[in-house]
Amino acid sequence: MSAASRFFDNRNVLGPLFMLPAAALLLFFLTYPLGLGVWLGFTDAKIGRVGEWIGIENYEFLVTDSVFRLSVFNTFLYTLVASVFKFVLGLWLALLLNKHIPFKSFVRAVVLLPFIVPTVLSAIAFWWIYDAQFSIVSWVLVKMGVMDHYINFLGEPNLARMSTIIANVWRGVPFVAICLLAGLQTIPPSMYEAASIDGATAFQQFRYITLPMLSPIIAVVMTFSVLFTFTDFQLIWVLTRGGPINATHLMATLSFQRAIPGGALGEGAAIATAMIPFLLAAILFSYFGLQRRRWQQGGSDR
Amino acid sequence: MTRITRRHFLQASAAAGAALGAPMLARESMAQELSFQPEPGAKLRVLRWKRFVQGDEDQWLANTKKFIEKTGVEVTVDAENWEDVRPKAAVAANIGNGPDIILSTNDDSHQYPGRLLDVGDLCEYLGKKYGPWYPSALAYGKSGGRWIAVPLGSGGNCMNYRASHVKAAGFKEFPKDTDSFLKLCQNLKKNGTPAGFALGNATGDANGWCHWLLWAFGGRVVDEQNKVAINSKETARALEYAKALYPTFIPGTLSWLDPNNNKAFLSGEISLTANGISIYVAAKNSPDAKMQAIAKDMNHAAFPVGPVGRQTLSALFFTCVIFKYTKYPNAAKEYLRFMMEKEQYEAWQKASASFVVQPLAFYERNPVWTEDAKNTPFKYTCKNMLPNGYAGTMGAASAGCMADFVVVNMVAEAASGNMSVKEAIERAEKRARRYYR
Repeated sequence: MSAASRFFDNRNVLGPLFMLPAAALLLFFLTYPLGLGVWLGFTDAKIGRVGEWIGIENYEFLVTDSVFRLSVFNTFLYTLVASVFKFVLGLWLALLLNKHIPFKSFVRAVVLLPFIVPTVLSAIAFWWIYDAQFSIVSWVLVKMGVMDHYINFLGEPNLARMSTIIANVWRGVPFVAICLLAGLQTIPPSMYEAASIDGATAFQQFRYITLPMLSPIIAVVMTFSVLFTFTDFQLIWVLTRGGPINATHLMATLSFQRAIPGGALGEGAAIATAMIPFLLAAILFSYFGLQRRRWQQGGSDR
Repeated sequence: MTRITRRHFLQASAAAGAALGAPMLARESMAQELSFQPEPGAKLRVLRWKRFVQGDEDQWLANTKKFIEKTGVEVTVDAENWEDVRPKAAVAANIGNGPDIILSTNDDSHQYPGRLLDVGDLCEYLGKKYGPWYPSALAYGKSGGRWIAVPLGSGGNCMNYRASHVKAAGFKEFPKDTDSFLKLCQNLKKNGTPAGFALGNATGDANGWCHWLLWAFGGRVVDEQNKVAINSKETARALEYAKALYPTFIPGTLSWLDPNNNKAFLSGEISLTANGISIYVAAKNSPDAKMQAIAKDMNHAAFPVGPVGRQTLSALFFTCVIFKYTKYPNAAKEYLRFMMEKEQYEAWQKASASFVVQPLAFYERNPVWTEDAKNTPFKYTCKNMLPNGYAGTMGAASAGCMADFVVVNMVAEAASGNMSVKEAIERAEKRARRYYR
């Protein structure tokens, strides 16, 4: 054996060597831009002007900015409500799809559709559905005599929040449903057989077999789902641009509005950076909380 | 400066004028002809906003082709949605690479004046030959006394109304002052043919009419020293007026973005809105008989004058900028000179169905303003408009303030009753202060 081949056979050499391309990619395309973004948040960079280090001034400013505070509230509301609905509806859909239904694979393919359609396209479709003058929903209701005026879907702050959340849920449910369906199919049928021999009700089976066995998948899926929702941009940008009166501005849309059309790169970067702690918290929660063995085995922390 | 040596001045002598044998306007023949000698092998990349009316882009490209044939300079023109040009221009300014020339909007160029080539010689020449430049053109073209951009013109901004509905509301002609304008809107509402003005985060439409409203009552975001001055009696009066006006609108205007008023007007849902020429052009060129009828019935009028007693309209503004990083500054200037000369500019203005309103007084003579009487009200948009950031100067603060919809949000908050007038003003003041610090 030559020295070279011994060198390459060494576990401590070969491993890192194989990891090098991936590490370089991550460093270059992920760590560097992220680091740059965080750094920009501590500068007063404007479009066309390199910024100077100003410490946490951007953040001090944002804390006193009512629009920013509103956008934080909106983002949390949006993420929380949409995620809960996506989880409940997604799980429900997955359970239904897991049953023996006719045209099973066709139905499963159809369910995925909203997720496949490009966001901008579906957002434009919703924009028409919610239009103040041409809404199909309003039109039908008025024609049926249920109401005498068009619904102001995107023109009234709380209604606009609800409308955007519904559009987001519509888009996000298939992802959750299909992933959970995959999880459901990994649960061995023998467990259900054993449970039914023991006389467990359907709810007990769900509570003590399905849910615990599914929880690792739920943790991963919901982490992704929360991350997607928290950082949503396209849907809001097409539907409302953050209006009416900033009632649907999310941190992501506000960050863009301030940074690019507004020219305040530093401030925009600061808003984007302010999202990171929340995202980290969501990830940590799912990894250290939802993936605990105790929870998965149906127990609880005592 | 090396630029001076490379530059070619051609003095048009009286003899040359006589040799041409064409009867020219006195001022034209007296004006100094100017041209720049393009660098050998020059190539230009131009980024412009996508047309609002088809003829605009076609004629711009036709003019460009003429330029290519005449000078041999290679020019490629890319078009993007006007709101996407902004970030691209910003990136180009930041990294010092990209298109040589950008047709930008509003006060974008004032965010990076240091990155832009001085176009003083070209603009002074154009001003002498076709001028004077209107005040708004000077405001948008110059930064700190230096010409940083060639003003291309403003978008048109007028009241678009259905003549028959306005008549039915008791007005023989369109109201000229804000009091009768309110009355008109109230009557239109009563007749079931309401007005509609965008109050959502609509960059063009909402900013346009909300700034008109604020200025018409003497309110302004900042004073001449760029000090925030929005908390004033005048602003309060403007917002009280908005509160009276809002209930006359069709429901849903709080959610309106830029396309909404066009759609609603063309479908006959609203009878009055503020817009450029695009609604009329779309209706006129439509094969649909219903749209044709709307085109026939609709007309345009100047914005009503408020208590300040003069025109206070606000409009989109277009400028051409050359970046300092360009390798072919002379070719770029020559291109812009060529496009602004009357042979090209007038044809372009005509083809764009007067979508772009000239920044130079000379072009008021363009027949496009008179051959269709419905175009005429747009003729003075650029002359009468106030620049963004009025009464202060343009820069990062004015652009930021506008992009953040400070004035639009204030009007929307007060008009919809979401906040009291006082609260809305105080909030806007706080927000404006963040930009003007």
